[in-house]
This record gives sequence, C-alpha cells and structure tokens, in this order.
Amino acid sequence: MVQSLDRSQGRAGSVASGAVNTQGTFTGNRALQIEEPLIFEMGQAGRCGVDLPEPPKVKERLNGLRRKGTIGLPGLAEPQVVQHYTRLSQKNYAIDMGVYPLGSCTMKHNPRINEKVARLPGIGDLHPLQPVSTVQGALELIDGLAHWLKTLTGMPAVAMSPAAGAHGEMCGMMAIAAALEAKGERATRKTVLAPESAHGTNPATAAALGFVVKPIPANDRGRVDLAALKAALGPDVAAIMLTNPNTCGLFESEIVEISKAVHEAGAYFYCDGANFNAIVGRVRPGDLGIDCMHINLHKTFSTPHGGGGPGAGPVVLSAALAPYAPYPWIVKDGDTWRVAEDGAKVDGMPLGRLKAFHGQMGMFTRALAYIMSHGADGLKQVAEDAVLNANYVMAALKDVMSPAFEGPCMHEALFDDSFLKDTGVSTLDFAKAMIDEGYHPMTMYFPLVVHGAMLIEPTESVAKEDLDQFIGALRSLTAKAKTGTAADDFKAAPLYAPRRRLDETLAARKPVLRWKPSNNPPGTDPMKQAAE
Amino acid sequence: MRYLPLTDADRREMLSVIGAKSVDELFRDVPASARLAAKVGGLPDHQGELEVERAFQGFAARNLSPASTPFFIGAGAYRHHVPATVDYMIQRGEFLTSYTPYQPEITQGTLQYLFEFQTQVTLLTGMEVANASMYDGSTGTTEAVLMANRITRRHKALISGGLHPQYRSIIETTAKWEGFTANFSNTDAEGLEDLIAAVDRDTSCVVVQNPSFFGHVRDFTRLAEACHAAGALLIVVVTEVVSLGLLTPPGEMGADIVVCEGQSIGNGLGFGGPYVGLFATRDKYMRQMPGRLVGETVDADGKRGFVLTLSTREQHIRREKATSNICTNAGLCALAFTVHLTLLGEAGFTRLAELNHAKASQLADKLAAVPGVTLLNDSFFNEFTVKLPKPAAEVVEALAAKRILGGLPVSRLIPNDPSVANLLLLAATETATEAGMDPLVAALKEVL
Repeated sequence: MVQSLDRSQGRAGSVASGAVNTQGTFTGNRALQIEEPLIFEMGQAGRCGVDLPEPPKVKERLNGLRRKGTIGLPGLAEPQVVQHYTRLSQKNYAIDMGVYPLGSCTMKHNPRINEKVARLPGIGDLHPLQPVSTVQGALELIDGLAHWLKTLTGMPAVAMSPAAGAHGEMCGMMAIAAALEAKGERATRKTVLAPESAHGTNPATAAALGFVVKPIPANDRGRVDLAALKAALGPDVAAIMLTNPNTCGLFESEIVEISKAVHEAGAYFYCDGANFNAIVGRVRPGDLGIDCMHINLHKTFSTPHGGGGPGAGPVVLSAALAPYAPYPWIVKDGDTWRVAEDGAKVDGMPLGRLKAFHGQMGMFTRALAYIMSHGADGLKQVAEDAVLNANYVMAALKDVMSPAFEGPCMHEALFDDSFLKDTGVSTLDFAKAMIDEGYHPMTMYFPLVVHGAMLIEPTESVAKEDLDQFIGALRSLTAKAKTGTAADDFKAAPLYAPRRRLDETLAARKPVLRWKPSNNPPGTDPMKQAAE
Repeated sequence: MRYLPLTDADRREMLSVIGAKSVDELFRDVPASARLAAKVGGLPDHQGELEVERAFQGFAARNLSPASTPFFIGAGAYRHHVPATVDYMIQRGEFLTSYTPYQPEITQGTLQYLFEFQTQVTLLTGMEVANASMYDGSTGTTEAVLMANRITRRHKALISGGLHPQYRSIIETTAKWEGFTANFSNTDAEGLEDLIAAVDRDTSCVVVQNPSFFGHVRDFTRLAEACHAAGALLIVVVTEVVSLGLLTPPGEMGADIVVCEGQSIGNGLGFGGPYVGLFATRDKYMRQMPGRLVGETVDADGKRGFVLTLSTREQHIRREKATSNICTNAGLCALAFTVHLTLLGEAGFTRLAELNHAKASQLADKLAAVPGVTLLNDSFFNEFTVKLPKPAAEVVEALAAKRILGGLPVSRLIPNDPSVANLLLLAATETATEAGMDPLVAALKEVL
C-alpha cells in the first residue's frame, strides 16, 4: 500500500523512488505535462473572464441583506481559464484515449451526435415548468425512450425520474415498500436479502428504508446459493436485491428458480440492472420474473460518465409495482401529452416524488439517440460483442492469470490474485503498473467475494487489435511479476503518470478539502519552484 | 453499425480462440426459456447519424424554446447566459468520457477541478467544507435533512412554507418511507410564517429557503440562534445560486448546512436536468456528509495531488452503514459550474448578481403598474410573486398562445389551494430585455 509521507518535508520517505528523476526540469513541467496551480493561486484583482454591461440603476430591494465584504473568488481572463482547464484535462485518462476496462462501469464509446442533439435549442434550452402545451416534443421524447426501455426489458411500466442507479434503487425499493404497505405487510416484512457480491448501494439503499439486510452466500460457481436463499426466505422477507448478470460477470443461471421461490414466499424481486449491457436486446429481464430493475443510462446506453456523473437511473416496474411509480407521470390523452404532477389523479397510488421536475432530460436525449442509432438489431449485437470481447480476454489470459470461476463469463472477466502468489506484487501494484503501460486499470478489489479481485470489462467498443495489444501488455506484466524479482518495480509504479502514488492515508487523517491561502505544503508550490 | 469495431472475421477468430462454436454458446447460462431467438420485436433497426439527427430536430420543433420568445420563468431553474468556453470545456473528451476518479494518478484533472469546486462552494455559501456535488438541489435538500437527523439523533424536521414545493414533496416522500417526521408549515406567499416558535427539543432541523420560493429575501440569524438553543440544525436552501453574489451568505446567518441548486452557473435549463447540487456544512460535521469528497495530499515524490477521501462514509466501503446510498454525483455539471464561476470571478459574479436584481426590479415596476396586478414582495432577488385578478394558470396559457412564456402559475406546483390560484411567479435574469418585458406587459393588459 501507499506509504505515509512526512508532509512537512514535502518528500517521500521510504517509498521506492524508481529510476526516473521526476524533478529533472527547472519548471517541474515535463513537456506536455504542465504543473498547474489552483485557480486561487492564479487570480488577480482586476481580471475578469466575462464582459457584462453596467446594471440599470434601480431601488435596491434586498431587505437590507446585501453581502458585506468580498467573496474571495479569483479573477482570471478567458485565455487563462481555457489554458488552465485544458491543462487539467490532459491529466485525465478517458474512453476517448483508449481501453478503459473498468469492470461494472461499462466504459463504452460516447458518440458525439448524442451531445449535438442534446444541445438543440428546442431540447436543451427548455424550462421544465413551461406550459405543457409548449413542450409536447420533449414529453414525446421522454415517452419514446420509455417505450424502448419497456420493450427491451419486457416490463409494463417505467419510472423515469431517478437521477442515477442508486437513486433508481431507492425508487424501486420504495415501490416495494408501498406495495407491502398496501397489502398490510410493511411491518412484518423487514428483511431484504442481498448476495455478498452485491454493489454497496444495494445494502445502503435497503438499510435507509429501514430494512434489515441479510447477506446470501455465493456457491463455488460464483452464483447465488439457491439452497441458502430458499432457507432464508420466509414471511419476514420483503425482497431480494440481485444483480444479474452478477458482479462476478456471471449470469445467475438459476434465476427463474430464484424468482419463483421469492414470489412463492410473498416477497419481491429487485434486480440491479447495472450489468444490463451484457444482455440488452438478447434477454428481456421481464421474462426472468423480476419485479423491478433500474437501468443506468450512463452504462448500457452510453450517456457520458463525465468524471463521475451525471447519470440517470430509470426503473422498470412489473404490473404489481407499476401503480406505485412516483410522480411525475407522463400521460397521453388522445394526441396530447400531459404531465401528472404531485397530487394529480392518476391510475395508481404514486409513492411520492424523488426529484424535482421530470428527471435527467439531458441523459434521456443522449440515451435515446444512442438507442435509435443502434436499433433492435444493433443493441443485440452490442450485447454479443461485449460478451465476446470479455470471453476473448478471459481465454487469452487464463493460462497466465487466474480466472475466479470456470466457464464462460458474460460482459466482464473476473480474475483473483492467486497468479501473483509469492511474487510480492499485489492487485494494487499490478493495476498501477498498467497505468505506465498506457491503460486505465481494471476494477480492483471488487467484488469483495474474490480475493484481490481484478474485474475487466472491455465493452463492445474495443477493436480486436486494441484488445490484442491490451492482452499483450497484461501478459508481459504477468511474466514480469512472476520472475519474483520485480516487486520493487511494481511498487514504484506508476512512474510516468501525471502523479505517482498518492498518500491516501494522509488525505483521510488530516483532511484538506478546500484551498486556503496557507494550504500549500512547503516545496510544492509549482510557481515558487519555477521561480527558484 | 458505426459504433461496433468487430468484423465478422474478427468474431470468428475470437470464437475459435475461446473454443466456442457460436456466440450463443457464451449465453448458455441464460435459461432457455428467456433466450430470445431473434432481436426484440416491435422496435426499429439501426439508423444513420443523419436520420437520428432529423428525428431529434422533429422533437425540438414541437417545443417552444425560450431562446425565441419573451421568457420569465424561474421557480428553481433559471435561464442564464452560459459562455461558449464552458460548453467547449465540458465537451473535451478527457473530462466528458472519464469515470469517477478512483485511480488518482491518471485523474488529477477531475480531482483538481472538484477541489476547486468544493472551495468555490464554501466561499459562496460562507461555510467551511463542501462536497464534490449532489444530483441536484432538490435531492440534496433531503440528504441534508437525513444528515441532520444523524447528527442530532432526532427525527423531526420542520419545513418552511417558503421551500420549493417539489423539494418539500421529496422530503415528505423520504420521511414516509425512511421513517421520520416532517412537519410542514403553511405555504405563505407573503413570507411571514413564524418558525422560531415551532422549534423544540425534538426538532432535528429547520429547513428554509432564501430567497424563498415566492422570492422573499430573509434574514435567518434569529432563527439560527433559536435552532442552536434547542440543539437543532438550520438548513438553508438556495435555488438561485446567483443570488449569493449579492446577498449575505447563509453561513454568516448561522446556517449549519447549506444546499444550493447550482444550475444557474454553467448549466442550461435542459428541461429540468441534469443539474448540480451544492452541499456545504461546518467542519465539525464533515464526517456525516453524504457524497464524494476530494482532499489534498502528496504523491510519492512529494508533489501536491488530490484524491477521493473519507470514503469510509460511503456505500462502497460502509454498505448498510453508509451515510447515504449515493454513488454517482454530478461531476460534469460541477465542471460547468466551476469553469463558469472561474470566468466570472469576483467582479463578474457580483456584476451578474447586480444585473439580475436590476432586471427583476425593472420587471416588477412595469408589472406593478398594470391595472389589477399586485406585487406581493417588498424584497426579492431576481424573482417575485404577483397577484392577478383571475387564475394565473389561465393567464399563463393565454400568454403562451401569444408565444410569451410569462412566468409560473403557483397553482401548478401547489394544486388544490384556492389561496394561491391567482398567484404568478416571475423571474428576470440578465437574459431579460426591455424588448421582451414590454410585450409581456402589453399582453398581460390584454388577457387580464
């Protein structure tokens, strides 16, 4: 792990420094890698990046609450702002640069036509509370996406407003709570079952709603242990939350039996749809007997991840849960669309509201453009190519790395760290060495059920020759690790990234979460260094 | 298909490496009953870029864009000018197509702008610490209530009638399903509710909005004192973040948590989302915050760098004990906010706020002179409420028929309440012009 550093020295203590002198230039810059200060260290009073007119003179009506004193924002001219953020951008890895095999995150190509149509003034520049008569096209667009999502999943209804996957989980689990309440079982069914391999959001969501989370073990094939599940089902169980394909990249082959057992026990089946990309267009989750599933539009349907958001997490619902979908409902009356907002009468008992306005319209637009570009035929091909790419990676690496489970995988290939045994190289070291080879690492240490997990999801967007190069890099790193003498090299990685390993312990122990004039550790002010 | 690089020859070769006869074999774990023999029925096939773009132009043509018409709607989403630089910057692939910065060595770009964002948020709100964004202001407000419940170990929130009705609705929904009490004070268009008297030793927090949903500007200093005396927290919500360029920041009034809708800076109207929630608090509550936090540290060479930190609060570590179930945030919208605010700087942001206030003042004076129209606000920033002699919903429809987007009838968000039926909420930002205000005034005279 990363070593703790003596901050007052601004210098590494015992961390292996590797062969490269990273202080080899006068400026600290390294060609295209420019050391960039914070905006707060750059600004000058008297500079401004906008030109705004003198306000007309009016009587001030601020109830005497005009701000006293300055805010403290720095002043920069437009070219400085452009250069600053351009330089920062060059310190990021991105899908646009190459293979981004982050398992469970589905880092696929983000087409630019989606960005273009989202910015049409008649779409991107609409107020959510304009008279409904002036936004008929927008409502038609949302309903058009809803139609695709329902048809692709084989489910009768969809709640569009959740802002992300976890928000969709909240929506789905609230719908389940509402359905239980309608049956008078809210107080008795307090248990939610979730496999040990579940995303952390699943137990967090269930717990927030007052459910007690009970973990279900996996069998040695990486799937839910059906016997253990059946034993755990009872009159106290509200629901199971299950990811399918699961977080080990495997299809829950007994899912039909699982859903049958869950329903026989009077519970509901929440499916986490984070991995829908593996089956989109080829399998309809509705045919598997689920009651609800959120769809991460930023995964399967390619809305950009944007450095961690925004996302969108519409939730498809079975007939049993559809009446509880939250406001707003978009309803068609003859040729006219209307929005049923809080308190409006609808054909159901909405659970309430989860988000202001109508959901992540910008994401809906991009996702629909992506879906229309692919069509039913292309989406099926997406799932097939995603699964093919992952299995190809698995097949090409299984002799040197250690697959966590036997048999074909779905859209992601999961390895454990047993191939690194006795090499002195950890999963973390291996991942950091990939950075120097020009790749974003795979997901590390998730799922938790596999020791030192490495989860590789290439997606359908990667060409075979790029995949071959990636496989070649991993084979080389594996061979190097297995020499048994390379641990120091791995622990020093990355050497060529904009930063070397960062001290996360220090960050958490003495949190510095904002810039203050005294923040700069001595010797780390790049401007001062340049001057020296 | 233009997005799929594999050729049929590639696929055959890859299958032979895998040792499978067909791709179907790879799907053998799917129960036979659920395996579709063909593509999903009833849906069209793939289309070229030209056809897709045409379809969206069709959707767009069936909407009336504020760009082409006099426009005065606010109510939690505000139409401001966004400099071209902002949109250029957020479309750079290194930002747009990057993931959550879990590998800090190769995501310093994202981490540094989020650190700048957090700092900007603390400065605007007058608070000590801010997170790296929430989904939006509306969901962030509910997260603030949950946080106050955790800190105080109390379960009764007191919600002002001046809070945006949809924000209130989300709190109500969450209270019902997550099991806490939310008491809502009456909606009062004139902003004279007395919250101080209602705070007691069971109250976890009081939630107010400034300016209020109806536009009033209020000093919450005394309310903050009353909250603190009772051991409760004051949560101040700001739906129009530009107001902080001119108004006393909530931190100076004694707020414990501040939540803002950040859309106004850098982010377009977008029919309601995605937006960006700003979330700030006191240092002492740092570890009870929801969402991601970026912190400063050093790398192995001693150089300053940034990482996601204090993640032991979060769901991927803490699972059912997490402070929130939130994973995704609003990273790219936060970048838009940060780039725009950096362009504005101290001088530009203050000037922008002054312009907004001045434009709204002009509009208020013009409307107050229309017979039958009563201005209800003594104070406002860029948004205010007027009372009309007839239902505002009808008036707004009549204005829309004349291609004027003339404000929000309050009854749309507060239905079934006769006391607000005739109220119209109007906003004017720097994008408003006299050439747009005059047609509104003329049309209003006709339809009233």
